[in-house]
Amino acid sequence: MTTQKVLMCGNEVLAEAAVRAGCRCYFGYPITPQNEISAYMSKRMPEIGGVFIQAESELAAINMVFGASAVGVRAMTSSSSPGVSLKQEGISYIAGAELPAVIVNVMRGGPGLGNIGPAQSDYFQAVKGGGHGDYHQIVLAPYSAQEVSDITFLSFDLADQYRMPVMILTDGVIGQMMEPAVIEKKEVRNLLPKDWALTGCRGRKPNVVKSLYLGDKVLERHNLKLQERYRQVAAHEVRYDAYHLDDAELIVVAYGICARLCKSAMNDLRAKGMRIGMIRPVTLWPFPSRIISQVAGTGKSFLTVEMSFGQMVEDVRLAVNGKSGVHFYGRGGGEMLTREEVLKEMERLYAQLRGGKNV
Amino acid sequence: MKKIFGRTPSLTDAPTHYCGGCGHGIVHRVLCEVIDELGLRESTVGIAPVGCAVLGYDYWNFDVSEAAHGRTPAVATGMKRARPDLTVFSYQGDGDLAAIGTAEIIHAANRGERITVIFVNNTVYGMTGGQMAPTTLVGQKTLTSPHGRKFEEFGEPIRVVELLSQFRGTAYAARTSVHNPVEVIKTKKAIKKAFQAQVDGIGFSIVEILSQCPTYWGMTPVQSVEYVRDELVKYFPLGTFKDETGAKASAV
Repeated sequence: MTTQKVLMCGNEVLAEAAVRAGCRCYFGYPITPQNEISAYMSKRMPEIGGVFIQAESELAAINMVFGASAVGVRAMTSSSSPGVSLKQEGISYIAGAELPAVIVNVMRGGPGLGNIGPAQSDYFQAVKGGGHGDYHQIVLAPYSAQEVSDITFLSFDLADQYRMPVMILTDGVIGQMMEPAVIEKKEVRNLLPKDWALTGCRGRKPNVVKSLYLGDKVLERHNLKLQERYRQVAAHEVRYDAYHLDDAELIVVAYGICARLCKSAMNDLRAKGMRIGMIRPVTLWPFPSRIISQVAGTGKSFLTVEMSFGQMVEDVRLAVNGKSGVHFYGRGGGEMLTREEVLKEMERLYAQLRGGKNV
Repeated sequence: MKKIFGRTPSLTDAPTHYCGGCGHGIVHRVLCEVIDELGLRESTVGIAPVGCAVLGYDYWNFDVSEAAHGRTPAVATGMKRARPDLTVFSYQGDGDLAAIGTAEIIHAANRGERITVIFVNNTVYGMTGGQMAPTTLVGQKTLTSPHGRKFEEFGEPIRVVELLSQFRGTAYAARTSVHNPVEVIKTKKAIKKAFQAQVDGIGFSIVEILSQCPTYWGMTPVQSVEYVRDELVKYFPLGTFKDETGAKASAV
């Protein structure tokens, strides 16, 4: 497999892309619907002299990532919602210790054990900081197998560049669906050598990896440094797709598999002459607030579509800041939205808007 | 003038924050001497736990990481698997290793991770103010067992090295003490064997070191070493519980 097109499920594309991105350590724990990743890694890692461990828990897996990353090696873990909750402690420590790490959440229905249906109900946990402390992780949400590949390559570079955790937030559909993809690196970033890594202190002073900062204002200074880094990420790494924003009266905002459905519905409705546009956030943190804020205003309304009961819609409302109406349509509990019901809701809302009703 | 004794290079000259009579300083000292005698300083990564030894990086003159409470063996696993050429040890207390980190230590040992664990058992949580630990003796008074630990409520203290020595992955498991000079010398020998097991790549190694905590035992330093000698070693027998260093090393 070099650069030809392959037909694989999203989870396997992710695993192969991780390997090609230089991931040499994978630590996981069984949970549906992400098991294809660990199964793939258990075969693939030994082939390339990498490390595969099925850990005793998600807690152990994320801390193994911490260890591998601390010694300067690219490492990844993957799980699904309940397992990602368990990883939050480790993610907070990784953020505090300024370590690069890639964490995959193939979301399923919750809360609690929930079910194994596809969901987008971990948005809050992913973008608002699911663990303790003032930290962020970069959150990327692919909507196709090809984008799973592209985002996986990007994630390892972002994690190394900014020395922070990066989460690939996907769902049971993207993970399980088989699609063609070309698994290759598309962007090249100049990354600094990892001179902070714990590689043995030969010829240099000892390095320390830590998140404990005692003493007057010491932890605050550390936090201010992290905040400055987050500002840099927000300034340079926002990614989104925008469709028909020039003429759109109704702008749909959706990510991941929902964006796939909405885009298809939007195209059908535009063929019927309805001026509907769309913004598809690719980075959920940093959130594409600026473009939403720019297009918000008189004559525009927003519809956020999610497989949750309304999480990203809060960030859309913050970006819109009262300049337009923001509507929500979603289903949760692991239930899949259909293209038809999304189309119907877009059509209904559009008609309502054109009817001059205050929406 | 000829210098016949000095600080071992792996130990910094920072004054420690440990209380008077605490055993951590002694353990740090012999640990660092072993690392230097084996010539491992420049390939060593130590992991400081959540607990009194969290500031280990101030005292150890080699690469050091922190880890979340109890997760130290998982972090060590990630390091050693990623970079097998490094010498990785985790330094853990009784709450860290035998309560919140029980799963991590058991599975690291069972997988035979080529890491070394320095387990300092002083039977209390020191950093948080002297609470009952999984290794607190039955009858022993602590901040959270004011009338003495009761078996009926909290079970018996866990004998860690006996437990871990049952695994095939464990190459070396010993319990020592630092309550007198003879035991300190034995501790150093055990730590050396444990590191040698890692260097030889034969499996997981652990040394449990009984240590005194005069502050939270409410004792003078002298009383506290007597308590180790008279009470702790009765429940936690000293000795080597598993040693495959000779067998496997010669087979290689």
